[in-house]
Amino acid sequence: MLGKTAGGLFWMFRYLERSENTARLLDAGFRIALTRSLSAEDEWASVVTTAGGKQAYGEKHAQFTAANVIDFLLRDRANPSSVMSVIEAARNNARLVRTALTREVWEAVNESWMTLKALLASPVRERELPEVLGTIRQQSALVRGALHGTMLRNDIYDFARLGTFLERADNTARILDVKYYVLLPSVSFVGSSLDNVQWETILRSVSAQRCYRWLNAGDANPMGIADFLILDRRLPRSLAFCYSRIVDNLTYLAEDYGERQTCHDQAEAVYRRLKGNSIEALFDSGLHEFIEEFIRDNTALGAQIEEDFRFYG
Amino acid sequence: MEQACSFFDEMMGDGDAPREPYRDYQDWVGAEDPARLRKKTVEAEVFFRRAGITFNVYGREEAAERLIPFDIVPRIISAREWARLSRGIEQRVRAINAFLHDIYHRQEILRAGRVPIELIAENEAFLPQMIGVSPPGNIYTHIVGVDIVRTGEHQFMALEDNARTPSGVSYMLENRETMLQMFPELFTRIRVQPVSDYPKSLRRSLGACGPEVCDGRPVVAVLTPGIHNSAYFEHSFLADQMGAELVEGHDLRIVDGRVAMRTTRGFTPIDVLYRRVDDDFLDPLNFRPDSLLGVPGVMDVYRSGGVTIANAPGTGIADDKAIYSYMPEIVEFYTGEKAILENVPTWRCSEPDALHFVLEHLAELVVKEVHGSGGYGMLVGPAASKKEIAAFRAKLKARPANYIAQPTLSLSTVPVLTKAGLAPRHVDLRPFVLVAPDRIDITPGGLTRVALKKGSLVVNSSQGGGTKDTWVLEE
Repeated sequence: MLGKTAGGLFWMFRYLERSENTARLLDAGFRIALTRSLSAEDEWASVVTTAGGKQAYGEKHAQFTAANVIDFLLRDRANPSSVMSVIEAARNNARLVRTALTREVWEAVNESWMTLKALLASPVRERELPEVLGTIRQQSALVRGALHGTMLRNDIYDFARLGTFLERADNTARILDVKYYVLLPSVSFVGSSLDNVQWETILRSVSAQRCYRWLNAGDANPMGIADFLILDRRLPRSLAFCYSRIVDNLTYLAEDYGERQTCHDQAEAVYRRLKGNSIEALFDSGLHEFIEEFIRDNTALGAQIEEDFRFYG
Repeated sequence: MEQACSFFDEMMGDGDAPREPYRDYQDWVGAEDPARLRKKTVEAEVFFRRAGITFNVYGREEAAERLIPFDIVPRIISAREWARLSRGIEQRVRAINAFLHDIYHRQEILRAGRVPIELIAENEAFLPQMIGVSPPGNIYTHIVGVDIVRTGEHQFMALEDNARTPSGVSYMLENRETMLQMFPELFTRIRVQPVSDYPKSLRRSLGACGPEVCDGRPVVAVLTPGIHNSAYFEHSFLADQMGAELVEGHDLRIVDGRVAMRTTRGFTPIDVLYRRVDDDFLDPLNFRPDSLLGVPGVMDVYRSGGVTIANAPGTGIADDKAIYSYMPEIVEFYTGEKAILENVPTWRCSEPDALHFVLEHLAELVVKEVHGSGGYGMLVGPAASKKEIAAFRAKLKARPANYIAQPTLSLSTVPVLTKAGLAPRHVDLRPFVLVAPDRIDITPGGLTRVALKKGSLVVNSSQGGGTKDTWVLEE
């Protein structure tokens, strides 16, 4: 496979994952704004920060209002991570790697792009937001379904999956990075209703509120949530889950190509830290430091994959 | 149906009854609800959009991706008509390859005085770098598109040769795919020769021309200028269908005397490069130094037999319209037979008598630049204003050798579906020819281009033309 093609696949699926994550973040932010109007502005600010758009947002808007944040995250071309920007980037990458995709996957991506372009042609009003977010999630599910149902399990698939899980790990880690303080044990907040809402928001932004309830019989506590999002390998958006997949896909590539690269060692080192850790130990040594280090390692792994598989030369 | 005036209509002929090849279709279409047919036109558009069968328009952000309009009425050719036509095309394509070989070697045809030497010496597409180079199988033009026009029951003529990089074959294939999806019942009623083998034949033809250094199954790659090129869809489509890699210049590098592509595991040599990049841009070391689309040094590898380039560099001389005017002589010179496929009568403005005649009759003629293509830089006399004719006259007088002239042709018509029902529109045809050392394959049919504006003779997609599925019936 061409290095350029591997890079195109990797980024195509990073962008697709990002569009879904942004939709989910908006959904969680919208929810809190509806139920807790007093803390709405803070909440919108943290949504923008989590989506990595703080600086670009600040250049355009002074205040974090629902309308501005929604527009910035869904439609603004000046925001490279807005849903419209990433869907367009995903589709451009799909055109670039057209020969590596099945017709079904290509058409699913192309249709997503056409659908969202029409849907996001004009500003989305608050009352339309739930439906628009639903469509974004649905489009992304269609692409994923086409990928699982029609693609050969070879190196093409591996690069697509690597992009997905690297992006997803980054997203979950960013949510934790922005919200870690509500998970810290603090006497004054314990049991307060504000915490409950914040915990709910964290779970909601990784679509895990129901799973968590099943597993914990409705009993939410910060350490349990942190454990769930970081270390639980059953949750498809947890850091441990993402890294078990990343290690798997890299291992398939090593078997396929008959050689291991630097990125293999890097990914396994990160995975070992997740696998061999308990949430108590993690809290003891500092939750925030752990998350920051994770984000750095995850970014470094992405760069190493680019280099090892010659995406750009 | 609107009245077709003095033009040959391929469906209705001269009378009221449909011509033989269209009889079954006429029975079917006559019984169809026109509203359902119009709905199908919309469906076809959705189909093309979803599949991404679009072409890029340069410099327009909003309408960056456009569809070529597709008309759902097929153009139908009988097996007998096609057999004769394809014999003529095959003979012409053989002659073109022999001509190119001769021009880059002994130049017998120039010595024999059958083609004037100036036509080669002053030809921008002639590449001195190709002198003495013999590509594998002596094939210069592996993929050829011969543009054909029809003016009567038995009058088929070659209008243009595209020996350089003919495009449009993806539309031929997707048009059929669309028709099969939309009207499956038609294909059980009427037996149409399939076109879907084209990618396989293309892969085989290219594979049969591997360079000597290649000792296994040749690695084929399609070289595209990139995602912003107007024909990018076609490039990716063909690579996809052939199972070949789609590469750009920056994916390639010369490694150990071979052209190699950067893969996830290092550099892998390519045996056959099906390039959709023009000669000028192919190699910044040998041609345009500012080109970023090509590969530095690829010409040197080519000349030393390390890679096959299809079509070969320098084949563009055969597309020249002044050379075209000599095609009957060229066919006779190399095949020893009379040309089966006629040429359109052509005045070479380099000849004083012809120039005199052309200047007298500008309002009736079509005048073309010898190197032009795509309908640009030409004068269609009957459709031009007095001012346009005067301006063109000045250009023609300044550089007569740069022009040829032809009569305004009475192109045949085929019906298209309009809001008011079926109505005749002018068409041409581009059949696609694949040349391998041991065989020549011509896909039955080709791409029919149709002028959608009533009365218009210009079929180019850049100027309001559309396409149709082209059917060659089984015997």
